[in-house]
Amino acid sequence: MNHQAWKNFNGGNWQQTIDVRNFIQTNYKPYTGGETFLAPATERTQGLMKKLNHLLELEREFGGVLDIDTQTVSSLTSYRPGYLDKEKEIIVGLQTDRPLKRGVNPFGGLNMTRKACEAYGYRLSEKVEQEFQYRTTHNEGVFRAYSDEIKAARHCGIITGLPDAYGRGRIIGDYRRVALYGIDRLIEEKKKDKQHAAARSMEAENVRLLEELYQQITFLGYLKEMAALYGYDISQPAQNAKEAVQWLYFAYLGAIKEQNGAAMSLGRVSTFLDIYFERDLRDGLLTEAEVQEIVDDFVMKLRMARHLRTPEYNELFAGDPMWITEAVGGMGEDGRTLVTKSSYRILHTLYNLGSSAEPNLTVLWSAQLPEAFKRYAAKVSCDTDAIQYENDDVMRPVFGDDYAVACCVSAMRVGKDMQFFGARANLAKLLLMSLNGGRDEKSGKQIAPVHAPYEGEYLEYDKVLGLLDVYREWLAKTYVGAMNIIHYMHDKYAYEKTQMALHDTDVHRFMAFGIAGMSVLADSLSAIKYAKVKCIRDDTGLITDFETVGEYPAFGNDDDRVDSIAQEQVRLFYEELKKIPAYRGAEHTLSILTITSNVVYGKKTGATPDGRKAGEPFAPGANPMHNREKNGALAALNSVAKLSYDVCKDGISNTFSIVPQALGHGEEERYGNLVSILDGYFLQKAHHINVNVLNRETLLKAYEDPESYPNLTIRVSGYAVNFHKLSKQQQREVLSRTFHEAM
Amino acid sequence: MSGIIHSFQSLGAVDGPGLRCVVFLQGCTLRCAYCHNPDTWSTSGREFRVEEVFEKVTRFRPYFGKEGGVTVSGGEPLLQWEFVAELFRRLKAAGVHTALDTAGIGSLEGARAVLKFTDLVLCDLKFSTKEDYLRYSGADRNRVTNFLELTEEMGVPLWVRHVVVPGLTDGRDHILRIAADARKYSNFQKLELLPFHKICAAKYDQMKIPFPLRDFDECPQEKIEALYGLMNVPR
Repeated sequence: MNHQAWKNFNGGNWQQTIDVRNFIQTNYKPYTGGETFLAPATERTQGLMKKLNHLLELEREFGGVLDIDTQTVSSLTSYRPGYLDKEKEIIVGLQTDRPLKRGVNPFGGLNMTRKACEAYGYRLSEKVEQEFQYRTTHNEGVFRAYSDEIKAARHCGIITGLPDAYGRGRIIGDYRRVALYGIDRLIEEKKKDKQHAAARSMEAENVRLLEELYQQITFLGYLKEMAALYGYDISQPAQNAKEAVQWLYFAYLGAIKEQNGAAMSLGRVSTFLDIYFERDLRDGLLTEAEVQEIVDDFVMKLRMARHLRTPEYNELFAGDPMWITEAVGGMGEDGRTLVTKSSYRILHTLYNLGSSAEPNLTVLWSAQLPEAFKRYAAKVSCDTDAIQYENDDVMRPVFGDDYAVACCVSAMRVGKDMQFFGARANLAKLLLMSLNGGRDEKSGKQIAPVHAPYEGEYLEYDKVLGLLDVYREWLAKTYVGAMNIIHYMHDKYAYEKTQMALHDTDVHRFMAFGIAGMSVLADSLSAIKYAKVKCIRDDTGLITDFETVGEYPAFGNDDDRVDSIAQEQVRLFYEELKKIPAYRGAEHTLSILTITSNVVYGKKTGATPDGRKAGEPFAPGANPMHNREKNGALAALNSVAKLSYDVCKDGISNTFSIVPQALGHGEEERYGNLVSILDGYFLQKAHHINVNVLNRETLLKAYEDPESYPNLTIRVSGYAVNFHKLSKQQQREVLSRTFHEAM
Repeated sequence: MSGIIHSFQSLGAVDGPGLRCVVFLQGCTLRCAYCHNPDTWSTSGREFRVEEVFEKVTRFRPYFGKEGGVTVSGGEPLLQWEFVAELFRRLKAAGVHTALDTAGIGSLEGARAVLKFTDLVLCDLKFSTKEDYLRYSGADRNRVTNFLELTEEMGVPLWVRHVVVPGLTDGRDHILRIAADARKYSNFQKLELLPFHKICAAKYDQMKIPFPLRDFDECPQEKIEALYGLMNVPR
């Protein structure tokens, strides 16, 4: 096959089989220069952005949701085409027929959809209610199978945020395939795979695969129909850069029309697209200003993506996030950098369009990255607070050089790996439950199997560890059980047809477990070991509070006495999880990531031996607890860097906030120092960091007067968020965090 | 060998070049009106052995890059010159850049021992006249001059620092005298103007002592820029 569309591309294995990585490797042009080539926003872009900003303002005024179509179930072809401005847009396609209007997607759960409509003053239409009357949703399926024990664990908050009432997300389709190959070729390959499967013996797993392939092929067809509604034929490969972006975006759009997964990430597209841009620039078909215009327009579309959520959901994952994560930069396995001019262009949208939480721009950091790019990324951080950094040097050896990041910190090979997302278990609560013989310290109810509670007035380290061993085993079994049910039902009732069609048929599966309250657990155990902790019991014998006397080393001070406790507890939990087989042979992984759920988790957890009061928020992700870092920011980073990526391959999230004055005297000095921080942190095999460079006063002003700061973006655990979209309580929690301000 | 230490700041980005781990020592005989670390005046505090400190600060080596290193500040580090000399000796031997943040008030012999292992001196020229120095810092300014001459003699690069307090140390003549003073030394490399701020007021309240400059305003960045323009010195 030798398409006109592939003219002037270097040939390779990618022509024979679906192999986007090979296409990139044989065709991309690394860029090691600086940012001076970048073009400002054109007048057209500015005009369109003004229009979008106006709509965003209206959305805010309407309480966060501009409009809901309660009549139509969201799918690829269920809406008429929609535009922001049909005449002016370069890249087209909206989720519904109007910008920012949200569709309903009850496949994950009907009740959740009803509640979401009601929360914003709407009512789910009779039409949709009737359509789903004889349909089982994912949510219904899950609750048919949940055991009483799982329900109790879920209810008391020792396991929370499970994707059992909405789409699981965290799956990244290889949207680039549509641009490079066109839909027809992809269908052809899937048909071949189906024939191969049909020749195998018909065991349950194979039958399921056959049905899935049938659905994948059908939805690739729908994707073509969806594009046709906008006047495009995407059956063949994209002929030029604009088409490449459009085809790729259609693929992503199809995915978010079909699925309302918690995190719907984009993947790793900028260097792929750069090959098209470079070809068109070379051929004189585009100027730099026009290239940037296409990138700006594409990103504007991504910024309009929305899902309809309930207030309970927002309490967990605040700020209306989509986690449209785009991984930028990194190094190739052959030692060439994967940074291209388009890595700059996509970051540059933060200037051309203003700062924004979405897409979730993630720089893959390596010691070997070109210095100019490191400096530019640091500059973007100082100016916008909108980007996060992840360590390419620890991920590349595991995932190769064509992986992307789902949600915040979950790496996976694009089109080859998928994951079963699994929220997180509350390890601080596990400690309390272990001391109380399986009872919930808040309600007194028996949640886990009965075991003798801790006896004696003062906590002894070894005895406490013994009890933790007992209940850790129970928690792991319950947690894996819940996850297996959830993903069985999601595959059955809400399978991701579009996204999985953009994966290899023989896909590798991860099951991604998570931990919340890591630093609370580590500090509590440290307090038990190094200070004196007295139990305070209520009249039923339940330990509900503690009296901690003396000092103890706290996580976040680069003190091995406690940091080793944190390492050990994380490893033990991971090993316990691995003992229970995961659904569909998935590989167990673990993350230390809370998103904003550290607030809710804290609410659901009684007082802890580290001195944290009942109901107080946890620190986010793997962060040390607020105000316990006594040796400055780098000591805190060193503590987090000690947590091993080997047992946390689903990511270790850390959020770092610093006032600009503490980062250096002048701007260039600040960029240089931020680069040194990132180099030093990642050299120690740390995994992830969110960087905020801003004054607490700015946040305080934004807290008191949100109207004046509509676009203030900050990074919280694993993603960026518009500050005004957080609840007041979450805003207060962010304000209470440690700001490194040593001057 | 041990030293009395107030605290460690692992991320020091404003006390010498690059990223630095800053060790704040306890004890100071000066009582500068704008002091932002009154909690380091007293000579009592937690004692650390020099090898402990060495171990602690070198954990931050990955962040030092080409320029960064360790800065010893205080308090007045020269009061514990034996400890600082030994710490710096070890750090230099390990290839770590060492900076001494001092007012230059201490025994000259002690200073000589420390400077032998010092890559950079940061010295705060607080007031430009003998009278003001005595009045607002409580010491003899000649001692600072003697110290600076020693740094020149020993060829240790010098960064001069100066805290700008509006209405107190921002006068044209005063600033020009400071600049002229700094330029005299052949080892002088740059002058840093530090804007006066009052974040430290809380510490004074906590210690229940009056903050002498409570009624003064913080120094805006524009003023700093204007003064740099006036002085025409490397910054």
